[in-house]
Amino acid sequence: MEHINWIHNLPFFSIFIAMFAILLTAMFRTAKMAKRIHMTMMCIVVILSAILTYHMAVAPETFTFTMGHYPAPWGNELTAGPLEALMALVFGTVMLLSVMGGWVFIEKDVLQEKQYLYYIMLDAAMGAMLALIYTNDIFTAYVFIEINTLAACALVLAKGTATAMVGATHYLIMGLLGSGLFLFGVSILYSITGHLLLPQIGEAVTVLAASGQYHFALLIATAFLFIALAIKSGLFPFHTWLPVAHPIAIPASSAILSGFVVKGYVIFAIKLMYSVFSVEFMHELGIIDILFVFGVLGMVFGSLSAMRQRKMKKILAYSSVAQIGYIYMGVGLGTEIGLTAACFHMIAHGFTKSMLFLCAGSFVKQCGNIDDMDQMRGIAYKNPVAGIGYTIGAMSMIGIPLLAGFISKLYFATASIFSEGKMAASLLVLGISMILNALYFLPSVMAIWTTKKGMQEAKRANISPWFITSIVLLLCINVGLGVWYQPVIELIEVGLQLLQK
Amino acid sequence: MEWRMWLQKIKDWVDGYTVMIDADMYIANRKRREKWDWRSIIDFIYEKDLHKLHNTLCVMCCVAFIGVMLLVVNDLPQYGNVNNPANNEVSVRYVEEGLEETGAVNLVTGMILDYRAFDTFAEANVLFLSVMGVLFLLKTDKKNDDKQQQMVRKKDAEMEAIEQKPIRQIGAKYLTPFILLYGIYIVINGHISPGGGFAGGVIMGGGMIFYATAFGKEKMEQIFTFRSFANISVGSLLTYFVCKSYSFFTGANHVGWEVPKGVAGNILSAGLILPLNICVGLVVACTMYGFYALYTKGDI
Repeated sequence: MEHINWIHNLPFFSIFIAMFAILLTAMFRTAKMAKRIHMTMMCIVVILSAILTYHMAVAPETFTFTMGHYPAPWGNELTAGPLEALMALVFGTVMLLSVMGGWVFIEKDVLQEKQYLYYIMLDAAMGAMLALIYTNDIFTAYVFIEINTLAACALVLAKGTATAMVGATHYLIMGLLGSGLFLFGVSILYSITGHLLLPQIGEAVTVLAASGQYHFALLIATAFLFIALAIKSGLFPFHTWLPVAHPIAIPASSAILSGFVVKGYVIFAIKLMYSVFSVEFMHELGIIDILFVFGVLGMVFGSLSAMRQRKMKKILAYSSVAQIGYIYMGVGLGTEIGLTAACFHMIAHGFTKSMLFLCAGSFVKQCGNIDDMDQMRGIAYKNPVAGIGYTIGAMSMIGIPLLAGFISKLYFATASIFSEGKMAASLLVLGISMILNALYFLPSVMAIWTTKKGMQEAKRANISPWFITSIVLLLCINVGLGVWYQPVIELIEVGLQLLQK
Repeated sequence: MEWRMWLQKIKDWVDGYTVMIDADMYIANRKRREKWDWRSIIDFIYEKDLHKLHNTLCVMCCVAFIGVMLLVVNDLPQYGNVNNPANNEVSVRYVEEGLEETGAVNLVTGMILDYRAFDTFAEANVLFLSVMGVLFLLKTDKKNDDKQQQMVRKKDAEMEAIEQKPIRQIGAKYLTPFILLYGIYIVINGHISPGGGFAGGVIMGGGMIFYATAFGKEKMEQIFTFRSFANISVGSLLTYFVCKSYSFFTGANHVGWEVPKGVAGNILSAGLILPLNICVGLVVACTMYGFYALYTKGDI
């Protein structure tokens, strides 16, 4: 037993603990137990990921973990490096804090008898996300994408109202379209390369790209895979499900959906790009430029649509569309610094947007389930924690210095300078979208901090201590990321270098 | 005084009420001004055109997709060719050493339950989670029902009590045991003959659905309740989970302690594949029946 490398077992343990939580919850079938199991599971996963990240920061390496007795081209495999470990840690933390802050809403909005099902779906989303991050096998990725879609869909319809069902149906249709395209892509890729594991596909693709054989099939397979991942993560022309799904989902679901469910697909896209198709080949196929164009369009149109909204959650949903645009712009720049910026933005946006959704949910609950911004005048005085959280989150999204959003925008700007032919477009759009961000966030911030004449004195609402804890922690992380961003950036850079084939 | 107007506009933007009133006023005024009725005709035409446009776009998208797929198929390697990329060292090892390494005569079962067992575990979880998702959506909740739903349920129960279905009942009475037996046979022989957990599970689930259509909800509830559904599904998934975590852990860390494979071709052979097949079969059967029950009466 002494030759076991426990560090290398950590990805396997975290995935299987999440899966075990699903089964355990389904066995007990009570809301109370479900909550306990979920929180224990999340704490364990976060601690394991933290250990792995620490290990990766001290001694960076990538390792593979064979699932079973059979090595790479025959059996399933997991792989982990600094980037994967960091992302698992970030997503685990976002999930833990979102659920902690969202307990109140889960207990209020979900039927008592169905709460355990909600927790099952949370566990499933976490397990699928971890597997999607760590997997080294494209078919495993497909299966876990399916689990993730199912779980996210159930999270959206948690309220069980008619509008929730409409939103979930939208999401399901778009999600299934994405799954179908992904499966097409995988099967075409398998029939021309003969492999399902990422490194082996990568080798075969290199040979095919050099010889020019099956060029069209390769192009279409790549296009399908990336379109599927773009649909799943809500890139601009396929973003329509996001603004429908967010306003009707309960705040915890929105926070999770925007905070990390849509980002796991981007991580997998980056993994595909780096360890399978290599950046040069993506340039050659032109897919990277298409991603860039749609990312840039998403930044502008997401923000413009957000400006037209008067409902707080819709503003946040369209803002998510714009931020996904930022991430894809970073990916589309095709340079390492661009990808670093994209990864950092994923982290920053994950922490910020989950906080914003929780705060917005708290306001909505205080107004008696009214989502209109004009009904929320002066609500921040009733609920100062959520008010401060919302304000700081909005400032971070706009890009005020000392906050996490600023760093990612700084890196985007730096990255655009180093990329040929895309500098003007990306810098210009970055500037425009920052102004637009300010234009749609500031009215809502002003609305919550100003009272109307003749309004009665604000009474302090009683807020759950767990909500306060989660918002305070998210705030601390946000400021911390804005000030001590260097170690995170270094870890991402090392991770990307190790990922490159 | 231009800037004052702008300030007012920004204020209005923050302060939704005035904008709303303005919008109402605007609509009211516009209606008063409107005297010609040809506008409605134009609106109607416009809408109709848009519908046509959507339909055309749909058809065009589908045609484009079909065209692209046909071109791809044209470009793909010919099916069954020896030199295809898919005929590489992977399938060679599956075919040549599969029997020895997994102990399963049925190579497909060996592949899905031993070489790539992680995918299959996730797939079984997909089935279970999809039932859980439908349960989340459709499970009727007798405490929080409104009157209309109660009426509907009462009427359904009455209809079911009156309905005569002698042929189906006699058929179900004599056929269900054999269907279930056949399903069990396929599941248990999954590693030595064609079939396996997924195929046998579908047959068992079909048998249960057949019985349920003939004898109705009450009779079925005597033998198969939600409790038994959940316990069987979760129990088999847990067994799968425990078996596979053991085998993944020992396999990846080269601990040894392999499960004995037995003599290939016997029922008790192929290591963990037999229990895994039974687990998969039970999960699939429960999923099939669960979907049927949830969609017909909103409860298992």
